[in-house]
Amino acid sequence: MDWQIATVESVHAESPRVKLFRLKLPAGQKFSAGQYYDIRLTAPDGYQAQRSYSISSSPEKPGVIELVIELIPGGEVSSYFHEAVVPGERIELRGPIGGHFTWTPNYIKPLLLVAGGSGIAPLMSIIRRRATLDSSPRMLLMFSVRTEHDILFRQELERMAHEDADFDLTITLTRAVPEGWTGETRRIDAQMIDTAFDAATGKTRLREAGTGTPEAAKAAPNPAGQPFGRAYICGGTGFVESIASYLLETGMDYDDIRTERFGP
Amino acid sequence: MSYDRVNMEFYRGLSPGTVNILRTAKIADARKTLVSIPPKTLDSSWNMINNRFFGRRRPAPPRPIPPGQYLEDGFPVLSAGPTPPVDTATWEFTIHGPGGNGNDSGTETLGSWDWSALNALPQTELHTDLHCVTKWSKLDTDWRGVTIDTLFEDAGIARPGGFVMAFCDGGYTTNLPVEDIVDGKGLLVHTYDGEPLAPEHGGPVRLLVPHLYLWKSAKWVRGLKLMEQDSPGFWEGYGYHMYGDPWREQRYTND
Repeated sequence: MDWQIATVESVHAESPRVKLFRLKLPAGQKFSAGQYYDIRLTAPDGYQAQRSYSISSSPEKPGVIELVIELIPGGEVSSYFHEAVVPGERIELRGPIGGHFTWTPNYIKPLLLVAGGSGIAPLMSIIRRRATLDSSPRMLLMFSVRTEHDILFRQELERMAHEDADFDLTITLTRAVPEGWTGETRRIDAQMIDTAFDAATGKTRLREAGTGTPEAAKAAPNPAGQPFGRAYICGGTGFVESIASYLLETGMDYDDIRTERFGP
Repeated sequence: MSYDRVNMEFYRGLSPGTVNILRTAKIADARKTLVSIPPKTLDSSWNMINNRFFGRRRPAPPRPIPPGQYLEDGFPVLSAGPTPPVDTATWEFTIHGPGGNGNDSGTETLGSWDWSALNALPQTELHTDLHCVTKWSKLDTDWRGVTIDTLFEDAGIARPGGFVMAFCDGGYTTNLPVEDIVDGKGLLVHTYDGEPLAPEHGGPVRLLVPHLYLWKSAKWVRGLKLMEQDSPGFWEGYGYHMYGDPWREQRYTND
């Protein structure tokens, strides 16, 4: 796969530790929601470092991609992006890469997305892709962050949850909880998932009763009684391990649980 | 040779590998010149400089690691799905002959071992470095298990040619040439660093073929199917390299 040179169009501080970088690609390659790019930095003395970053923008807009880069303490690539990269900078990359942790609109069963911190990145591409469709599957995003300041894409997600009856959003804060916070306040656990499943199952019944269309029938839970056809989980290793294991326990099929793990 | 603009043009006809060798050898002398070159001159798919990328770097590895890799002290976990529950009471490893369509359908079973049979075979210790396609390398890891040579010998299988597809609990597969898993190059490992291999790292048993990228070292491995022709496994079907040599940076198709 060839290396290419992209140009940074914009840099946006999305949270104290996360910046969003919009990169213009030399050729507007298509990608699928959930894929990532490899980035390669080369120092003047020839030293190189490579890392992978997920695309958070929608595949509807190829040619420009948005990457979510969290500042990792001591991280050589993330610190360069956070401290040195400005619009106009040229960045070497190749991609798009990855084909399992992806979603395309021809999969129409309800989706469960579970994000931990910057693990929202590939899921955001899926969420945004879905939002461009006339007819889209029901979707629940469970988003776990440390503090209110770490809620990436907050306005966009809250607006979507407000306007789209088929998009549900659960945000949970695992550390500092501000005055007046009405969301969840603990790590995502079995009980939180059970509650979400119960709510989703009820919603599916309502939807079936209300419409009775073939689309609704297809979107109904699978025969095992699962409210979600597929789950995508992205975050730190411990986070992904615990949630994926619990989803297996609930009876979801192994193949319906897709994971992407960050960090050691 | 001096590294002026003419030489940057000169690079264009060379393979990336050659360029890297040239650059690594001469780049220190070239540094001042390179920094002063206008960005457009460096615009090539294999050679651009991030002028301000002097910053923090990972400590230099004690010995060379493959291109594009960085040293990792931890042991990251990367899997496409959940960690499948595997019970050693019912665990079995099988080697299947070629033919059939699925992992084992319609093919002859050439050998099979349950947990106690595997542990009764001669055990081999391996001290090795690991290289994951997601860019991390981990040095000096210690493993214990059974070589594929031992399995072939125990089952009375004459060393086959061709390829194998490793198959696993959870449905993961990966393809390898037979010659890359014999002569001590491939093991079934059950012990890491003196402890039973943790489930998230592929326990109770994973394949270990450390001279290839780690996705070839299939977690939760349950068998090998011999193949006359090479055929893509799970990641290989998603655009990852069929062979995966980290020293040649064979991450993706056509690398």
